[in-house]
Amino acid sequence: MLVNQIAVFLENRSGRICDFSRVLKEAGVNIQAMSIADTTEYGILRAITDDNQKALAALKANGFNTAATDLIGFQVDDKPGEMYHVLKILEDAGINIGYLYSFARTAKKSAVILIKVDDNDAAVKILSDHGIDLVGEGIL
Amino acid sequence: MYIYDKKTECMSVEEKKILQSERLKEVVKRVYDNVPTYRRKMDDIKLKPSDIRSIDDISKLPFTTKYDLRSNYPFGMFASPMKDIVRVHASSGTTGKLTVVGYTQHDLDVWAECCARALGGVGATRESIVHVAYGYGLFTGGLGMHYGGERMGATVIPVSSGNTARQIMLMKDFGADTICCTPSYAIYLADELKKMGISPDELNLKRGLFGAEPWTDEMRRKIEEGLGLKAYDIYGLSEISGPGVACECEMQDGPHVQDDYFYPEIVDVDTLEPLPLGESGELVFTTLSKEGIPLIRYRTRDICSLRKDPCKCGRTSVRLARITGRSDDMLIIRGVNVFPSQIESVLISSDPRISPHYHITVDRINNLDTMTIEVELDRSVAFDEIKTVEALTKKLAGDIASAIGVSANVRLVSSGSIKRSEGKAQNVTDLRKL
Repeated sequence: MLVNQIAVFLENRSGRICDFSRVLKEAGVNIQAMSIADTTEYGILRAITDDNQKALAALKANGFNTAATDLIGFQVDDKPGEMYHVLKILEDAGINIGYLYSFARTAKKSAVILIKVDDNDAAVKILSDHGIDLVGEGIL
Repeated sequence: MYIYDKKTECMSVEEKKILQSERLKEVVKRVYDNVPTYRRKMDDIKLKPSDIRSIDDISKLPFTTKYDLRSNYPFGMFASPMKDIVRVHASSGTTGKLTVVGYTQHDLDVWAECCARALGGVGATRESIVHVAYGYGLFTGGLGMHYGGERMGATVIPVSSGNTARQIMLMKDFGADTICCTPSYAIYLADELKKMGISPDELNLKRGLFGAEPWTDEMRRKIEEGLGLKAYDIYGLSEISGPGVACECEMQDGPHVQDDYFYPEIVDVDTLEPLPLGESGELVFTTLSKEGIPLIRYRTRDICSLRKDPCKCGRTSVRLARITGRSDDMLIIRGVNVFPSQIESVLISSDPRISPHYHITVDRINNLDTMTIEVELDRSVAFDEIKTVEALTKKLAGDIASAIGVSANVRLVSSGSIKRSEGKAQNVTDLRKL
C-alpha cells in the first residue's frame, strides 16, 4: 500500500522544468500529482505519474538525475480537521514527516495526502490500525 | 630620503654585476654538489659549474619548476643538511601536496634584511609601529614581515589575520603607522572602519605594504582613501623566500627587485628564450645566496616585464612592471594560491555521489574574492529531499576548504550540465577585473 514517486534534481536555470515536462510529453507519460521544493540554487521536483518506470527511463536517457521513492498516501474527506486527525496519529506514534503534498479530488469531495516518512512499515501499520483510508498505485 | 642599506641598494650597476656573478658561481656549485635533481639536470646538458663564469652565463642553466619541488617532496631539493635548516614554510602545490621550502639561519637573515629594506623603502624607521595582519604560520607573509620589522628595529605588532574589530581597536590604541596585509584585506578593513563610523584620521596609519595577491591602481586608490595612508606593492613568493623579493619605494613606481639576492629574468612563455628588456613574458628568479633551498631559474608563472630606467629614489635595482597574469592556471584567492587540480583531486576522492566535472567561477564581491564551484552529480544519483543535498554540499565545501585553505561556495548541478570542452579544459571563469 505505497505510492511510488519520482524525484528530479533541477539546478536553477531557465527552462529546466519545461525540459522535464517535454521529456514526459514525448514519453507519453501523464503527471498526476507534483510538488517542487526550491532553494536559491536548485530545486527538487517530485511527481506521481501514470507510469513511473517509463518516466524514469525517459528522464535518465535525457540526462536528468532521478530518484524513485515510496510514499504513503491516504484519502480524507475534504473538510476541516481531517488532515490534523491523521497527522496527530503519526505524531503520537513518534513518526516524523520529511515532506508532504496533497491534491483535492473535487468530484469525490475528498483529498489525497502524500507523505514521506523514514519508516514506511511502522506508519502503514499505525494508520491501518486507526482505520485510515490508505491509497496505493493506480488509484490516483 | 631614507634608504635602509644605501651601500647595497644604490650600488653601481658594474659593482652589482660583479657581486651577482660571484654569488651565481657559488650557488650553482652548491646545488650541483648537494641537490641530485640539479646535478642530473646539468649533467643532461653537459654543463659543469665551472662553465658559469659570470651572471651573463645564467641563460645556460636549466629551469626549475613547481613540478621539481613536488617530485622532491618534502625536502629533496634542500641543499643543506637538516641540522642546518632552522625553519620550514609551505604554500599550495598543484595537487594535494604542499610546496615546501627550508631556510638556514643565513636565509632567514637575508629574508629579514629584504623585508627591512622594503619597510625602509616606504618610510618606516626604528620609531615605527608595524601592524602585521598577514597570516602567521606556514604562509610566509606574517613571519616574513615580522622579522623584517624587528630587523630594522621597529615595534612589531604580530596580530596575524582575522578578528577585524580587534585589529581596528589595536591600531587605534597602539597607534601603528605601518600596516602589512593583503590588498583585499586592506579594503575590507577600510569598509569596516566606515561601518564602525571611525574616520581614518583617528588612526595613525601612514603607509601600508600590500601583497600576496595581484591588485590594481583602482584598489590602491580605494585603500589610500579608506585607510588614510600611502599604499605600496610588495612582491614575493615562498619558493624564492617570501615577501620582500621586490617592493615599491616611496615613488610608487614599480617594485624594486632585491637583485643582489634574487636575479630576475623574463623569458618567452613558449620558447623559454630570454626576452629583451621591457618585453612581457614569464618572470624567472634565481636565488643568488640561498643555502636551504637555492633555486636556479625558477619559473614563477607570473607574467610581467622588467625595467632598468633610473628611479628617482636613487636605488639602482631592476624594477618589475605590474604583474599582468599567469602562465599556468593558478588562482590567487584572498592571498591563497589555489590550483584547479587541487579541487579536482578532492572531487575525485570525496564522495561517490559526485562526478569529477566541475566549473570554478571567481569573482570579487564587495572587494573580497569569492569562489563558486559547480560540481556535477554522478549520473546514477538523485535526491528527493533537500536535507540530503544540503548535507552533501556541506561535506564537499568542508573537504575543499581543508584541502585548499580557503572557503568556497559549492553548488551541485545535474549530471551533464557542465559544458565539456575539447582539449584543455576551460573549467575556470575569473570575473575579477585585475
